[in-house]
Amino acid sequence: MIAFIIQRLLQGVIVMLVVGFIAFSLFNFVGDPVSLMLPPEATQADRESMRTALGLDRPFYVQFANFILNAVQGNFGLSLRLGRPVSALLVERLPATLELAFVAASIALLVGIPLGVYTGLNRNSWLSRVFLTVSLIGVSLPTFLIGIFLILIFAVWLGWLPSFGRGDTTMLGGWSTGFLTTTGLKALILPSITLGLFQLTLIMRLVRSEMLEVLRTDYIKFARARGLTNRAVNFGHALKNTLVPVITITGLQLGAIIAFAIITETVFQWPGMGLLFIQAVQFADIPVMAAYLCLIGLIFVVINLVVDLLYYFVDPRLRVDHSAAGGH
Amino acid sequence: MPLRLALATLLAAVLAALAPALASGKVLRYASQDDVQTVDPHAANLLTSSRVTGNLYEALVWRDKDWKVIPWLAVRWSQPDAKTWRFHLRDGVKFHDGAPFSADDVVFSAGRALHPLSQMRISLQGVEKVTKIDRLTVDFALREPNPVLLSHLTQLRIMNKAWAVKHGATLPQDYKAREDTYAARHANGTGAFRLKEYQPDVRLVLVAHADWWGRAAGVNESNLTEVVMRPIKSNATRLAALLSGEVDFVVDPATQDVARLRADPGIRIAESAELRVQYLAFDLHRDELLHGSERRKNPFKDVRVRRAVAHAIDAEAIRAKVMRGFSKPIGALIAPGIDGYSPEGDIRLPFDRARAKALLAEAGYPDGFEVTLDAGNIQPAADIAQAVAAMLAQVGIRTRANIVPQPTYFPKIERYDTSFYLLSWGGGLTADAYYTLQTLLHTRTAQGEGDFNLGRWTDPRADALLARLRVEPDAGKRREITRDILQLAAAELPAVPIHQPLIPWAMRKNVSAQVTPVNTLYFYRTRID
Repeated sequence: MIAFIIQRLLQGVIVMLVVGFIAFSLFNFVGDPVSLMLPPEATQADRESMRTALGLDRPFYVQFANFILNAVQGNFGLSLRLGRPVSALLVERLPATLELAFVAASIALLVGIPLGVYTGLNRNSWLSRVFLTVSLIGVSLPTFLIGIFLILIFAVWLGWLPSFGRGDTTMLGGWSTGFLTTTGLKALILPSITLGLFQLTLIMRLVRSEMLEVLRTDYIKFARARGLTNRAVNFGHALKNTLVPVITITGLQLGAIIAFAIITETVFQWPGMGLLFIQAVQFADIPVMAAYLCLIGLIFVVINLVVDLLYYFVDPRLRVDHSAAGGH
Repeated sequence: MPLRLALATLLAAVLAALAPALASGKVLRYASQDDVQTVDPHAANLLTSSRVTGNLYEALVWRDKDWKVIPWLAVRWSQPDAKTWRFHLRDGVKFHDGAPFSADDVVFSAGRALHPLSQMRISLQGVEKVTKIDRLTVDFALREPNPVLLSHLTQLRIMNKAWAVKHGATLPQDYKAREDTYAARHANGTGAFRLKEYQPDVRLVLVAHADWWGRAAGVNESNLTEVVMRPIKSNATRLAALLSGEVDFVVDPATQDVARLRADPGIRIAESAELRVQYLAFDLHRDELLHGSERRKNPFKDVRVRRAVAHAIDAEAIRAKVMRGFSKPIGALIAPGIDGYSPEGDIRLPFDRARAKALLAEAGYPDGFEVTLDAGNIQPAADIAQAVAAMLAQVGIRTRANIVPQPTYFPKIERYDTSFYLLSWGGGLTADAYYTLQTLLHTRTAQGEGDFNLGRWTDPRADALLARLRVEPDAGKRREITRDILQLAAAELPAVPIHQPLIPWAMRKNVSAQVTPVNTLYFYRTRID
């Protein structure tokens, strides 16, 4: 188990280096930040001095080596757009994105799993058909369109919920949270539904098909033959055995929720990392883009590691010692 | 003038009587697409920044509603000789932290704006040194006469010296230092509003400066106690926020939404003409077309071909279809409202395809030629480039619109990697013709002249006229010289002006806002009723 973790960590380091290199080299060709930092009316001499000040005139490999050395120490330099340390910006934005992702993932799981079980058990009921049809919309509509629809209905027409922003936030020792104020909670509703809808439908469909699969197996038939209650059969035996793929997908989707909150955050002006990133792209703010990609890479690596470890706890077969397993 | 003064005094008296009522609190909720990058008044020469710093900080001179220069932090001035200006400062002005305003702050701010890290050196064009004479008198010594110094000085925002020294912010933002400057996120000016809170990409809160000198002087027209400025990136969300009543004012609604907003009874649209001209320019340096079919010679070097391009462009159709009505076709490189603009210099060749074809045939291109038109991928530039390409194709100039991401567009044209490009130029900063015309038409020199003459056009007549304009003090003569330059440019067509953009602002009905040609809302002239 220790060897397995160390092996995974080493793989993670390699992944991170590759991500860092790709991030850095890609963004070197995105464009010239100088032309955006200065007004079009600036002189040629202004541009040159700015370029030198930013170190953009040095050779590529020198810039990259500096980047990695600083990145390891958590120093990604100064944002070209905001003129502040990138690490401070990311730390500032992280709570907003994580809270949004947490609520969206919770909605996806708490609604998705019961709906999946229901539609799996009652595959022919009309309600199941309604759920499946509606879920098709969740899968096929692009996120920004869902967001705009929700804004139109709940903010413009009904006027119940805010159309943008995070509401009032409270500082809990460096972590800004929106959970403690009414405006903060109201502001969470639309973006988290927008962000979580796709995952919700995905989990629902996954649980449903896994349930259908498991319900056909012998041990379920045997459990029924033993006269166990429906509840014990469906939840104690069937659902439990569908969870391995659900955990895998949920883990990966959690990474996706954090990484691809970009669109939701842009639509709702949610001041998280995604909004920071999209504005960095438009501004060719290389330090922010590079740091963001590295951070997202790191999040995926960590989530994958956690998911691998979770298998150990969910699936007893993986806990069997290798030597013993090979023995028979 | 006396009438205005009397009215102003009356207004002040009324406002003073109303003062208790103001305490109830009027909050303007303001939204724009982009967030401010810094509130340092000397760091960035960017619209997003000056929209905020213009409300926090003030200059020695400012502009009235007709955009004429008026006394502000300086009450009067004189010119002991052509190269010296003496300013007498307003007494009793207080900074946001309560410190009194004095000559030291002017000397300090001028030095800060002249520093190589500052992008606002243009605000002190030609100034060599600023010296304190006494507590309320300063002298500006010039290297050479600058007849329009006052226009430039409207952009020199005054910061409190003691405050900047205390917080280690004596220099504008230094990107080399890898740390943020205190003044980038905090402010201490003399403006009608002070900075209360600034969270990038979330909100920026301004509150009324209780000790603002303008209240007693009668220039305050505002009843606002607080302004909350929100960046909302997405066009649709910004529109939704206005419609749902979450914001009161949107400075940059998407033009395609304006028709819908007009139909809403709770919304008002205010339109203003920006002091900006969008134009096409040609590579007039190379002997071949860099991006096009002509390898042996550069067709654009023939003035008849440039005239054919001008005749082929239907600016009226661009106004109606591409700009959705938000532009005014123009024939001069400077817009009405810039000092020196004259109708005699605004000469637009009529849209005439037959004439364009005849001119092309005369120049030896009866079958036309191929060329690439470069433009940045921001709107409306990208759509205009597409429309222009289609219009030119109809007279035989087979044009490919090459839409380049904005971050790479400027470097591309700056290294002259273009045969034909679309650009716009805003002259609102100084509102004087020389600034724009020198940059666009003067022969490129190492001293920074002709900095955006990227087609490298050169004409000794233009250079001579510009040299005269630079130092000519007489307003009448300046207008004549400017007219001559515009007429020369219209005859030679190194650039073909298309239009002046109009800017719509959208606000709730109870907001009264004064439109300005620099697309900036000044809160001391804004009310909510």
